[in-house]
Amino acid sequence: MKVMLNHPVREVEVKGPRRVREVLKELNLLPESVLVVRGDDLVTEEELLRDEDRIEIRPVISGG
Amino acid sequence: MRCRKCKAKAVLDIPRHHTAFCKACLTEFVCAQVERAIAEERMFTTTDRVLVAVSGGKDSLSLLDILRKLGYQADAFYVDLGIGEYSRQSKEKVERYTSAHGIPLHVHELKEDEGAGINDLADLVRRPTCSVCGTLKRYHFNRTAVEKGYHVLATGHNLDDEAARLLGNILHWQTEYLEKQGPTLPDSVEGFAKKVKPLYRLAEREIAAYAIVNGIDYIVEECPNAQGAKMLLYKDILNRLESESPGTKQAFYWGFLARQEADKQARPSMAEHDRAVLHPCATCGQPTTGEICSYCKLMARAKKDGPATTVSP
Repeated sequence: MKVMLNHPVREVEVKGPRRVREVLKELNLLPESVLVVRGDDLVTEEELLRDEDRIEIRPVISGG
Repeated sequence: MRCRKCKAKAVLDIPRHHTAFCKACLTEFVCAQVERAIAEERMFTTTDRVLVAVSGGKDSLSLLDILRKLGYQADAFYVDLGIGEYSRQSKEKVERYTSAHGIPLHVHELKEDEGAGINDLADLVRRPTCSVCGTLKRYHFNRTAVEKGYHVLATGHNLDDEAARLLGNILHWQTEYLEKQGPTLPDSVEGFAKKVKPLYRLAEREIAAYAIVNGIDYIVEECPNAQGAKMLLYKDILNRLESESPGTKQAFYWGFLARQEADKQARPSMAEHDRAVLHPCATCGQPTTGEICSYCKLMARAKKDGPATTVSP
């Protein structure tokens, strides 16, 4: 699947199927620091992500 | 994962409350937490005019959205710090949101009114940018609220902001700042607006989720000046603790507030203390503890050290 990351904006590829929790662990991200968006929808840590999915991992800290 | 309330598909789990919500129930939860904060801390009522300091970020735009949804008279105030593309984008987000919802927006332009953007001003006075930014924003938030006749100034500080600030103050034993760490600061003296933080019961992640499910277009980028700032480190440390032990942030900050409340009888009230130490600044008339307020001192120094034509008073 394609994973868009922020700060700085970049895209990485992660092999599916995997739950959101596992993707965050692989990318070394704390669940408390990010939200995962697929299309226009927020998904929880239990959501199963497939190879064809495109997700954005959005940090919850922003602005200033 | 299902919503604990209505069993629809959940969009956010909240381990600190052992719960998960769908879009509609998340919005209801966030609004209920803000309503509770406003009532418990006696922040304002629906008859008060509230000025919300907006930055274009998720917290302040969500706060404006929530207050309007709850029926409060909330207008917006934006300080354009002149940080290149970042300020241009954040201002655009604020203008787009307020104009789409018919919300009055007041804007203060640093480059126009002070004669220089925040980075140039910080260079001129040789102080950290975040510190100069804090002084300028606090000054203009208060001054605009008072001059434009608002009863209260609201900011989008959330549970993570307050817990991180508390951690920073305790690590350095800056006990003199602890008194001002509550979610409500009184309008103790003439020229001082009441200041409130209605999001103090909500974690940063919950507010970001609210912004996304409610279609609020906010600036996702961090302020370029904040990179490497201590507050981000404290937030990261607290989030590591929170992930291991959900509820740590609220136990830390709310526990602090409960202790402060319990100690209240033993100390003079903040309003009494303010009335004893504050008086009008000799230059601008805003309340200050010294002869000249920190904003006027900063601007005087920038004017003295900068090119004569660059910095306005």
